[in-house]
Amino acid sequence: MQLRMRALETVLTEKGYIDPKALDVIVDAYENRIGPHIGARIVAKAWTDPEFKLRLLADATVAISALGIAGRAVHLIAVENTPRRHNMVVCTLCSCYPWEVLGLPPVWYKSAPYRSRTVLDPRGVLAEFGVTLPPNTEIRVWDSTAETRYLVVPMRPAGTDGWSEEKLASLVTRDAMIGTGLARTPDGATGAAGTAGPAGTAGAAA
Amino acid sequence: MNGVHDMGGMQGFGRVEPEAGEPVFHAPWEGRVLAMHRAMGHVGLWTIDINRAARETMPPALYLSTSYYEKWAISLADLCLRYGLVREDELAAGRALVPAQPAKRVLSAADAEKALSRKSFEREAPAAPRFKAGDRVRTKMINPPTHTRLPRYARGRNGIVESIRGCHVFPDAVTTGKGEDPQWLYTVVFDGRELWGESADPATKVSIDAWEPYLEPI
Repeated sequence: MQLRMRALETVLTEKGYIDPKALDVIVDAYENRIGPHIGARIVAKAWTDPEFKLRLLADATVAISALGIAGRAVHLIAVENTPRRHNMVVCTLCSCYPWEVLGLPPVWYKSAPYRSRTVLDPRGVLAEFGVTLPPNTEIRVWDSTAETRYLVVPMRPAGTDGWSEEKLASLVTRDAMIGTGLARTPDGATGAAGTAGPAGTAGAAA
Repeated sequence: MNGVHDMGGMQGFGRVEPEAGEPVFHAPWEGRVLAMHRAMGHVGLWTIDINRAARETMPPALYLSTSYYEKWAISLADLCLRYGLVREDELAAGRALVPAQPAKRVLSAADAEKALSRKSFEREAPAAPRFKAGDRVRTKMINPPTHTRLPRYARGRNGIVESIRGCHVFPDAVTTGKGEDPQWLYTVVFDGRELWGESADPATKVSIDAWEPYLEPI
């Protein structure tokens, strides 16, 4: 595969269909600049600014357009977790994911186990991520079958009164924004693996 | 198409297995494939739906046994071959053997930043929406041999229109040479038991985004 792709890039470059330098820019953007730290910033702002939260839930594309995000998000829809309802996002048909605010999806999100079971047994999938919700909490699964993209706004953890947006953002994991996790608590507990760093590494990017 | 890509509700694939400290790309070629997809999308010969349809027509055994970026690599090469941009002997030789057709647009490094943003799929509506939020609808029982975004598990099911998402390019039309044919798009929500039967968790709801031709009133 590697050789065939190198051949394809060479042939497309020689024929003038692609500029390898443009490819470098795109790879660099997803490796270093566009990641879940962007979504974490949006969630933290929603936690601290009730007016922004209302705008975000009404039209996320418009609400975040002023935040200086690298890739302009289109058809973005923010859905809020509450004690009564927990949201989870999946794409059963392919791998649709809000790249502009979460970066590229992890392998498990694109895998057959996640794509097949999330709509059938969301509570079972959550359990595999270490998340157990009260049985009467409604689980709402959003199957991304169109060009709409979904961002989960997790619940703000207790014990974070007076925290700055930046400090709050460090609690917002990638998985919490997909709905397979919860936001971290101040003592470090989390509903799931996966964090807000650009490459899923520990800690939120500044 | 009732392909193996339409995975919702299938069983037997095992546990979801997150990878601790997962890198963005597992090998440099994966990043090149992703970037080439973006760059070739900018050239404008095919759309995201045509790209998806190319992946879905891979032989099922190949689809299931390849990684995500391997599927992207296969579909990209297939599209470049199909649209006559490259030839199989050129891929084997690793160099261009025949002159290129002129490209409409080429993504430059200066413009690459723009390729990070998706374009809007919303279009001017040819008619008023047939449904409104709160309407009860049934998804049609269809089995087209061509590309569709109505998953099998949600066909012939009763649901409720929750939101109207605008009038969007219709994938079923684009991929069969019928143009964009914009259609109203709705979020339709189903009870878990409507989709999966009485044994389903009663506190589960699933929504899809469905274009108007997928729906009928009840």
